This record gives sequence, structure tokens and C-alpha cells, in this order.
Amino acid sequence: MIERRELSPVELTRACLDRIDAGNADLRAFITVMREQALADAARAEEEIGKTHYRGALHGIPVSVKDLVSIAGTPTTSGSNVPARHPRHDAPVVANLRRAGAVIVGKTNLHEFAFGTTSDETAFGAVRNPHDRSRSAGGSSAGAAVALVEGMCFGSVGTDTGGSIRIPAAACGVTGLKPTLAEISTEGVVPLSTTCDHVGPLALSVADAALMYFAMLDGDARVERLSAPADGQLWLGVPEAYFLDKLDDGTRASFTHARSRLLAAGHAISSVSVAHAQRTADVYLHICLPESSWYHAPLLKEHAERYSPGVRLRLEMGRYILAEDYVRALHGRTALQRAVDRALEGLDALVLPALAIGAPPLGATSVVIDGASQPVRAMMLRLTQLFNITGHPAIAIPCGTGADGLPRSVQLVGHRGGTERLLAVAAALERQITGGPGSVGGGAG
Amino acid sequence: MSAADILRSPDVEAWLARSVAAAEARGLRELKPLLESLARSLQALRDADAEFGHPALPDPDDHAR
Repeated sequence: MIERRELSPVELTRACLDRIDAGNADLRAFITVMREQALADAARAEEEIGKTHYRGALHGIPVSVKDLVSIAGTPTTSGSNVPARHPRHDAPVVANLRRAGAVIVGKTNLHEFAFGTTSDETAFGAVRNPHDRSRSAGGSSAGAAVALVEGMCFGSVGTDTGGSIRIPAAACGVTGLKPTLAEISTEGVVPLSTTCDHVGPLALSVADAALMYFAMLDGDARVERLSAPADGQLWLGVPEAYFLDKLDDGTRASFTHARSRLLAAGHAISSVSVAHAQRTADVYLHICLPESSWYHAPLLKEHAERYSPGVRLRLEMGRYILAEDYVRALHGRTALQRAVDRALEGLDALVLPALAIGAPPLGATSVVIDGASQPVRAMMLRLTQLFNITGHPAIAIPCGTGADGLPRSVQLVGHRGGTERLLAVAAALERQITGGPGSVGGGAG
Repeated sequence: MSAADILRSPDVEAWLARSVAAAEARGLRELKPLLESLARSLQALRDADAEFGHPALPDPDDHAR
């Protein structure tokens, strides 16, 4: 519609800014709203399109950027009271989005320094879930997901070190893609764990996520780049042991339903095992903690009291891990990479839930599953962090709601280096599970 | 226990004692339960050396030959 000049980028941007004005005080999705720059960029896009210089599907489209990513002239707070960074240059991922013609409306709220999954430890107020304001929107890229549900933008840039794109996408009912490790540049992004950090999009459909992915990758978001949804019967594997052991009732029911729909659609679904999967959290901790402590060491020296207490303590923990154990975990990482590669042999994708539980209440530290108390943090990371360790691409797609009314999500995992193929598989399965592109949360209309 | 002691005998129990003492000396008593949890994870990681195929440990296939 924008290309045909039936829809004005300026009016679209103004509508998103109006929605931010109306909802942000309550939901706390944005830390910085870039009203004037966004309207100026939208006007420029409108002028270019009027001169038939249409750049592609994101030209004139309002998007948001997690406030962990450099935008020239805008502070990067990382959701913290620790003094912000003031970058002079856009991160490459932002420069690529601008090249695609996207209009950046603002920077979104997050769990402080991306070091958490519930986004209630942030200097800018806990991010609220639009489906139930007493609940977490997930994390760490919570504002990115909430902004989409509320029609404050049409695409969001997130980061994912243990699940920080897929977890809020699942908690809020939108789509979130973690590409293959190192595919999208992390330059200009405040690191959490330098070898596990990924940058990727959140969006309202798989097709939108694909367009955002291409724009973030190299600045070219022409629709011609989209692969057709994968055709015919797909070969899928469900990793059952470990991955389906601890799920809440709503997640188990919605995943079972999604699996039945895929079978009914004619796909071949087998049970597979991922060797060493039960070691995931141990390997992850001994990589992520020391890497995050390394980055924060000088900041902790100067500003320790400015961190949220929980984030500070997690950062301090990493300082006690011995180099020998870090190397031990890197060795475990290689074994886990091989194990996921083996599980994927002969398959198009692995299929599993993205999040083991519905969005937890804000401030909760434990949840009860099958009568046993479980730590919220461990449950939030349980199904996503393996693929940060191994680098395989993974996408979370909404698959309905539980009896509690909260969104649930299916995660598809593809072959390393096969992000585009994963997107084609996801496009096919999205239609079969949900009946068509879209999100539980709805879009901007 | 000194830093040299922990390097000579880096078993998990000694690591935990040393780490808790160091954290308390820095005024970070709240770290103790987190370090105790991390110690359990550390033990599990070290126990997995054989499972992950540590190159200095005997390969189970060697015995079969």
C-alpha cells in the first residue's frame, strides 16, 4: 500500500507515535521515543516513494530498536542507571535498517543489560504484558514484543543471548527469530555474552520477521527475497527427553494441539533425542557468566551501586569461575553443537515449545509445575538457551493460548547457516498451525 | 585458604569455600546462595568430562578394541 501511495508513511508513523503516547506510561515498552526524527525520516521516505525510489517492503515502515543497540545521537541506557553510552555512529544493524528505508520510532525497554528474562529489573519500570498487566512480558527484549502487540511499530530489533528474542515473543504472542550465530552483526550492541549474543527481529508474522531479517542483515528488504513457504511434506523432529519434561499445563496442551495439527496436515513427525541436553544450563552458565563479568568489570568498579541488586549479583558470580572451567564449558559446547546437528540429520526442523510456562507474574521467583516448585529464571531459559550455545537458528511462532488466556508458542530450530530455509519452513507451518499469518496479540490494523 | 591453595586443589568444595570467603570480604554476603547453586552446576559440569569426551580421559571405544 505504501508503494502504491495508498498509505502515507508520515500518517502511519504518526499513528504509531499516538499509540506509544496512549499506552507507554502503563506498559513501559519504550525508554526513548524519537518523535521528531521519526516524523522527519517518514517524510523523507514519503518523498522518495513519491519519486518512485521505492526501496522495498520496509520503506516508510515504523520499527523499534532495543535500547542495547547504538543509534547515533541517542543514549543507549541498556535499561540501567549505570551511565548511558552516547554513540556517535549507528550500529551496522541500524544502518542496514535505515538503508532499507525503515523509520525508527524509538528504543525499547529491556531487562537491565539484557541479563534477565522477566524485564522487571530495569531502571525504567517493569515492562507489563498486554495480555495481563500483572504479568511479565518476558525478556530481555520485552519492550520490543509489547510494542508490536500494541501497534506501536511493525517490526522490532531484539537481542538473544539465552532466549531474549524468543522468550518475550512467546510470552506476548508474536514471532521472534534468532538467526544463526554471528549472521547479523553485533557491532554497536552492548554485549552480554560475547560468544552467545545474537541480534534478530521480532514481528507480527513469519513473513514480517523474514523482511526484518533481510533488512538487518544487509539493508535489502525487497519482497522478492522472500522464499516461498516450504512445499509439501516436511520432516520434523520433536526432542522429547528433557525438552518436554517440565511444561506447565497450558504449554503442554497447546504444544500437543500444534503437533496434532502438523500431523493432520501430512507432515512426518518423529521423536528425536539431543545427547547431553540435560547439561545445557551447566555449560551455558560457565560460558555466559564469565563473559558478562568481563564486559562489566570496569563498570562494576565505578558504578556497582547503580545496578539492580539481582543483576549485579549475577554479574559478580562470573568473577569466581576459573579459566579451566570456562574452557571445560567451551568443550561441552562443541559436544552440544554436534548433538543438535545429529538430531537434525534428515530433518527440516526440530519442533518444541519456545517457553515452558505462560508469562509469570511480575516479581515471581518460582512457579509450580507438576506439584514441584521451579525457579522462574531456569524455566524461562530452559528451552531456548541450548541454541544460543550451539548457534542453530530458531524461531518462536504463536500457537494459541492456554486455559489461562496467556499466549503459547512453538519453536522451530533449523540447521546452522540455514536461517532462510528455516524461515521457509516456518512460513509453511505458521499457516497450518494458526490458519494464517498473524499473531495472538493482533497487530496495528 | 590462599589463592595458591585453590589453584593447587581446585575441587568444588574448596572453590566454594574460597569464593564465599572472597565475596564476604567484599561485602557481598548475598552472593553465598548463588555461589552454592553455581557450585552444584560446576560439579555437574566437571562430572560431564567423560560424557563430553575429554581428550585426556580414556575413550570408551578403546576398551572395546
